[in-house]
Amino acid sequence: MTKTWNNRAWFFVLPVLLLVAFNAIIPLMTVVNYSVQETFGNNLFFFEGTKWYEAVLASERFHGALLRQFMFTGIILLIEVPLGVAIALTMPRSGPWVSVCLVLMALPLLIPWNVVGAMWNIMALPDIGLLGYGLNKLGIPYNFTRQPFSAWFTVVLMDVWHWTSLVVLLAYAGLRSIPEAYYQAAKIDGASRFSVFRFIQLPKMNRVLTIAVLLRFMDSFMIYTEPFVLTGGGPGNSTTFLSIDLVKAALGEFNLGIAAAMSIIYFLMTLLVSWIFYTLMTRGEEQ
Amino acid sequence: MARIDLDNIRHAYMPAPKRDEDFALKRVHHTFDDGGAYALLGPSGCGKTTLLNIMSGLLRPTEGKILFDGRDVTGLSTEERNIAQVFQFPVVYDTMTVYDNLAFPLRNRGVAADEIDRRVTETLAMIGLAERARQKARGLTADDKQKIALGRGLVRSDVSAILFDEPLTVIDPHMKWVLRSQLKELHRRFSFTMVYVTHDQTEALTFADQVVVMNEGEIVQIGTPEELFERPNHTFVGYFIGSPGMNVLPVVLDGAVARIGSHVMTLPGATGPVGAQRTELGIRPEYVRIGREGIPVTVERVEDVGRRKIVHASIDGHPLAAIVPEDEAVPAEPHVRFEPAGINVYADSWRMDLGEAS
Amino acid sequence: MRLSRWLVPTLYIVFLLLPIYWLVNMSFKTTNEILGGFSPWPKNFTIDSYVTILTNPVWYNGYISSISYVLINTVISVSFALPAAYAFSRYRFLGDKHLFFWLLTNRMAPPAVFALPFYQLYSAIGLFDTPWAVALAHCLFNIPLAVWILEGFMSGVPKEIDETAYIDGYSFPRFFVKIFMPLIASGIGVTAFFCFMFSWVELLLAKTLTSVAAKPIAAVMTRTASTSGYELGLLAAAGVLTIIPGAIVIYFVRNYIAKGFALGRV
Repeated sequence: MTKTWNNRAWFFVLPVLLLVAFNAIIPLMTVVNYSVQETFGNNLFFFEGTKWYEAVLASERFHGALLRQFMFTGIILLIEVPLGVAIALTMPRSGPWVSVCLVLMALPLLIPWNVVGAMWNIMALPDIGLLGYGLNKLGIPYNFTRQPFSAWFTVVLMDVWHWTSLVVLLAYAGLRSIPEAYYQAAKIDGASRFSVFRFIQLPKMNRVLTIAVLLRFMDSFMIYTEPFVLTGGGPGNSTTFLSIDLVKAALGEFNLGIAAAMSIIYFLMTLLVSWIFYTLMTRGEEQ
Repeated sequence: MARIDLDNIRHAYMPAPKRDEDFALKRVHHTFDDGGAYALLGPSGCGKTTLLNIMSGLLRPTEGKILFDGRDVTGLSTEERNIAQVFQFPVVYDTMTVYDNLAFPLRNRGVAADEIDRRVTETLAMIGLAERARQKARGLTADDKQKIALGRGLVRSDVSAILFDEPLTVIDPHMKWVLRSQLKELHRRFSFTMVYVTHDQTEALTFADQVVVMNEGEIVQIGTPEELFERPNHTFVGYFIGSPGMNVLPVVLDGAVARIGSHVMTLPGATGPVGAQRTELGIRPEYVRIGREGIPVTVERVEDVGRRKIVHASIDGHPLAAIVPEDEAVPAEPHVRFEPAGINVYADSWRMDLGEAS
Repeated sequence: MRLSRWLVPTLYIVFLLLPIYWLVNMSFKTTNEILGGFSPWPKNFTIDSYVTILTNPVWYNGYISSISYVLINTVISVSFALPAAYAFSRYRFLGDKHLFFWLLTNRMAPPAVFALPFYQLYSAIGLFDTPWAVALAHCLFNIPLAVWILEGFMSGVPKEIDETAYIDGYSFPRFFVKIFMPLIASGIGVTAFFCFMFSWVELLLAKTLTSVAAKPIAAVMTRTASTSGYELGLLAAAGVLTIIPGAIVIYFVRNYIAKGFALGRV
């Protein structure tokens, strides 16, 4: 659609701008402020320059959290996106059961995040949880409060449980928007099942899949509540992701400077990766 | 290329059809000859697309059989039938180039690379997209996309038949004419069996050797454009073809005499005994002569359409249209006469043969 | 073939329902049975946990405050986002693309970054421990999302509709309310659903910005469970109760889910 140039459109955007700016800019200024100062209480602040940034960037603890964060986000994207697409592809295109399927699939999305954590905690308890008991019964030693691998397995499984449905719903909506004539033409052209996927379904799902990847990237990168409730970041620090680490530093240890510098670095990183996604996405649309 | 026999085809979209109205196709029994150019003509919702999809194998008919050159293909898939079909709205593979779009159906069938290149290049020249061959299909106009879709059908020279489902709906009028003549030209050169679905009579009459007129899930007449014009088998065909359509007047028949209201006229032949509830006389506006003798009419409106005039009149309240040359004046007390060659008589909407006048 | 088509979605749904089943299962067990060891279903079926929770007024208040901040947030987000999304979908203006991306960056901002400054900000303006604090704070990520989704739906409405309405003598506000909004009604519904969802499930900010009066239901749940010792039955019953509002909302939008998630244009 060709848009007309009209600077008065700013008036339409203004309310949103003010409200979001109030929420974003003032707190962000506070964080920037803390990140360059040292405090000893009593509202006494001293300018410290980039000291906290250097400390954060040099700290083993931050490196660890960052690495774990990227690993976690990478793993869940690699599982959830293909799995979600596969499930969407096998769903029937119409019929009375579709609605039922979608409602059941959407259920995990509307459960408060700490309940998700608590639920999987109960599920995974090695002695009385269905998952924990079951695995141990099968002869697989499993204890998510003691073994880092079990903890990781549970956190990843929980996230797959929690969020794959979002990918399914988006991919399914993309598939539904393909007119029947495309499938008919593919039949006429003698296309294989794979060709139909590669040349019809995938290109048509392109946009929704970008949205799905972007949303999953952003949300998994800021994940806090679910793993915090499930494992508390442990055993040790093995499931301490960036947000958990940050809240520990800010509210647990009240280490304002470090926490603030970490926040800024964290935020900038999210921004950078999202910007890359966003540019790729909008460029794809302009073509 | 193949001859296509439709053997008592019925189709319903609902699972357990009982009454006649449940069927989208009530009963179709027809043969499309090898190498013929056919048009399926009818208003929206008359079942033409259903019939087309049954022929291509996208739909399986509820009842009846389809034979290609005498071989039963009712249970075979589209691919096994080797049919090409072009849809109403352009279907292109967005991410492929124009060239690859055309090559796609050939590659899927394992045609040799040099043969693919030869045929694709030839087809691209035919549809006028040769210089866009390397462009991605995504950015093209609707016209060009539909040409690609046509090209994907034409590129397969060995198909049993090419089916067109209102393929020129999205094309602009000038291009429509060009593409239609190209299709005709192709038909002459390669004598594909072509079936062309449309609701536009001009398209049907200019494209096809044989026009199949459908209405409410039934074939009402099959014939050359001339037959449809001169001898409409059903009042629907009379209405639907021609501009304006055939005049249909309620009459009372008595041998070779027809009574229209209080007026009496002689028919070119006598009807047999008529058991029908409703009898009508059909006369195309082209065969209505306005003069000073015959049946008196009231002229309501005269429409000037270029080289001719359409006179809208009425006989005892029944509307009647007549076409007169532009320079001919309408007399002050107008009367009409019907050319005997243009008179058709209908019983319950179906045409009756007129015997010798006795 | 037919069977395998159903197999994958069915297995997936079973996988989704197992943890929920386990939660429900636990909520109907007595404490003794839970501590006694593994059992696939309750042997001594009891609703004691539910009775304990439902007779406690803290719970009731938790529900009220959760629902109120979620609803306030949804109304604010959608009504503020409507004109903005219209501007983005219809006009080009100075800095529009940068502004759009800046809005989106707020959807990307980790709530953990904002927890502490929000606490200070909303304490300073005297909204701490009210539903308004949480509702406004959740606007941080819900308004950008609402603008994003609505812009998609609005771009799907041809511009000619606007022009025809002006020619017919509609003023802009009347056109917007009488003609345009009904056209994107399903888009508004989907946006409201998403705002509801993200505000309902978020807890880090909601917990940080409340203490007693406006504590959200899901936070009450953790507290109840921990103050009365580690009682799994109680925790499970509380969890089941917090799933119910979400399930009700899904039930209402069930027919729009498939269409709506397309986010307007695909």
